[in-house]
Amino acid sequence: MTDHSNDMKPSRRAFLRGAAASGVAVAGTMAAAEGDPAILNKQPWNQMLGEGVDARAYGVPSPFEAHVGRKNVPWLTAESISSINFTPLHELDGIITPNGLCFERHHSGVAEVDPAEHRIMINGLVDRELVFTMQDLMRFPRENRVHFLECAANSGMEWRGAQLNGCQFTHGMIHNVMYTGVSLRLLLEEAGIKTEGKWLLAEGADAAGMTRSIPMEKALDDCLVAFKMNGEALRPEQGYPVRLVVPGWEGNMWVKWLRRLEVGDAPWHHREETSKYTDLLGDGQARRFTWEMDAKSVITNPSPQAPITHGKGRTVITGVAWSGRGTIPRVDVTIDGGINWVEARMSGPSLDKSMHRFYYEFDWDGSELLLQSRAHDSTGYVQPTKDQLRAVRGLNSIYHNNGIQTWYVNSDGVAENVEIS
Amino acid sequence: MSKFLKLLASAAIVTGAPAFAEGLGRVALPEEVAAWNTDIRPDGQGLPVGSGDAIVGEEIWTEKCAVCHGDFAEGVDRWPVLAGGDGTLASSNPVKTIGSYWPYLSTVYDYINRAMPFGNAGSLEPDEVYALTAYLLYSNDLIEDDFVLSNETFGDIVMPNVDNFFMDDRAETELPIFAAEACMTNCKDSVEVTKRAAVIDVTPEGGGTGIDLESGGGSETVAPAATEAAPADEPAAVEEAALNMELVAQGEKDFRQCKSCHQVGDGAKNRTGPVLNGVVERTAGTVDGFRYSNDMVDAGAAGLVWTEVELAAFLANPKDYMSGTKMSFRGVRDEEEIAGLIEYLKSFPE
Repeated sequence: MTDHSNDMKPSRRAFLRGAAASGVAVAGTMAAAEGDPAILNKQPWNQMLGEGVDARAYGVPSPFEAHVGRKNVPWLTAESISSINFTPLHELDGIITPNGLCFERHHSGVAEVDPAEHRIMINGLVDRELVFTMQDLMRFPRENRVHFLECAANSGMEWRGAQLNGCQFTHGMIHNVMYTGVSLRLLLEEAGIKTEGKWLLAEGADAAGMTRSIPMEKALDDCLVAFKMNGEALRPEQGYPVRLVVPGWEGNMWVKWLRRLEVGDAPWHHREETSKYTDLLGDGQARRFTWEMDAKSVITNPSPQAPITHGKGRTVITGVAWSGRGTIPRVDVTIDGGINWVEARMSGPSLDKSMHRFYYEFDWDGSELLLQSRAHDSTGYVQPTKDQLRAVRGLNSIYHNNGIQTWYVNSDGVAENVEIS
Repeated sequence: MSKFLKLLASAAIVTGAPAFAEGLGRVALPEEVAAWNTDIRPDGQGLPVGSGDAIVGEEIWTEKCAVCHGDFAEGVDRWPVLAGGDGTLASSNPVKTIGSYWPYLSTVYDYINRAMPFGNAGSLEPDEVYALTAYLLYSNDLIEDDFVLSNETFGDIVMPNVDNFFMDDRAETELPIFAAEACMTNCKDSVEVTKRAAVIDVTPEGGGTGIDLESGGGSETVAPAATEAAPADEPAAVEEAALNMELVAQGEKDFRQCKSCHQVGDGAKNRTGPVLNGVVERTAGTVDGFRYSNDMVDAGAAGLVWTEVELAAFLANPKDYMSGTKMSFRGVRDEEEIAGLIEYLKSFPE
């Protein structure tokens, strides 16, 4: 067999050098004049054999995607055990977040729970206080549903103004996953809720012993006790072996490593629903129990981490939208900072309390852009501007910032997080 | 199929799963419920019998809490501030502490009992939790130091900010405003850029200020910029010739997780953890001015020296290595990562 790899490599390297020196746009021209080396030259993968079927028992992304990952903002928290990182929204498309890219928020690190030693207890105002093993849980009828989980603090760093350059950092405390689990209602009915049982306390098995109070009406409505995400077991970072799914409501309530459900006649007012996750308004008063996530959207491409690199001409704008109150039938997009808007094209499944994908294709003339997206949800709610939100809530709120995001794109296609008049 | 059977079949479809004679799970034993059901409510439901005061509380605080929250609950580094902040909630710099913000005292007891001390949750006896809760009240000027907090006196305490919380009212205050017809054409005359992230420049790879998820305080300190890992092909300085610079670079990167508590290099100071300059081959527990655990001081007195071997064992699982250590850190699993960290630390001689 003749080895072509030696005479192939120099020209390929020369091509890469040439492209790097004169910008990506050159590639097209060069291919037209001389023929594209990507076609004319053989690539190693055209000739040599790849790895066999068992090389990766659990598959991983292509090495060319090695840059894709969750990232944190080190200055946000004292250290990484009680901290948060962010989903790389600008690297994703469609509506499903891959399990390994779902943002993490832990209060005492990731609990590595042995499912054989895990129990779920129901106690309090019930007819029978019960204990379930994971095996017991698997014997209930299951449901499959796709829901977004958004941290109430998503975009919280942007309350006072544009801070972080990248939709991963401004909007990445969200993921959208198909859950398999048991209706919380079924579990509670197994124990029998007493008539005075109006509230539920969900508790995690981690060292933070995470607790949240949930009104019984919601608990009996659409909550799931889930053990699978996107078809496979929950990841440890997402509460393996079992977590609560509270559709449309703030992520902190979706207790991970769920071990106990207590029925009571009043809320518990624990740390995460008093000291945290309450919305301090401008007058010093604070809203509590702000559970529902308001409709929100963001353009994921282009964005500061994903500039336009192809030059002017045909350009695809895309992004995601969601609402804790229903579906997203419509998203508007502007490229001139909100003087004129167009309706974006929705694509993919439109599911209740799930992420939606939108696109807007246009012919970019290479001039500066001010990009925004504006979500409309199925209740008629229209995503407000940041200034509209501030007018109601003041500057100290941190949580539930669903204001319209603006990206400034310069004539080179470089994007920046800005606010506009 | 008979009409009756058809009816039955359609009924089964409507109601879904058939009814089963036997339930799933088993009845929880009283001692099992008692073991997990430790939650406390504002009305006092769940409080165990016990008592403590701020004087006893201060001793426990100094030993177990001050390392992160400070001697006076003022917060160290970016750990939560738990005292002060009175009258700041409507200001441009609200400081949300137990005294200034938390509506109920029961939340303090419940949270300490379930989640503190950080890294050793659930280790405190009821009397200790009462004493620490009393100390936090005292730190916030809400009781005198001789007040004995107990399950009997708990209800006497009313937190100052309790009346400043109200139920979510977005349905009345926001939804009507945010449901107006959206303008589509010629919506404004001109557009100006009013704020730019590039001016603040706090995106990771830089340092910065901002709103904090964990700390109770609103006043932020500028975190030091994360230094870039030294390029592997940079010629090593003469005194570092023995170091594996590739490992040092890797260790520098991994040291980011240690930086929240430890400083190293020129001008490093003791923070939550001691200064690490010269730690390799140093006797344990001997950095001037750092308040070590008794176990660490004793180990040093007994001759423990941080050789690379000892340091590697400690870093792999600090609590296993020395149960009394103040270092609330889960440990490093990857041996190569440990080797990198040690190589990096070796690059900072005393």
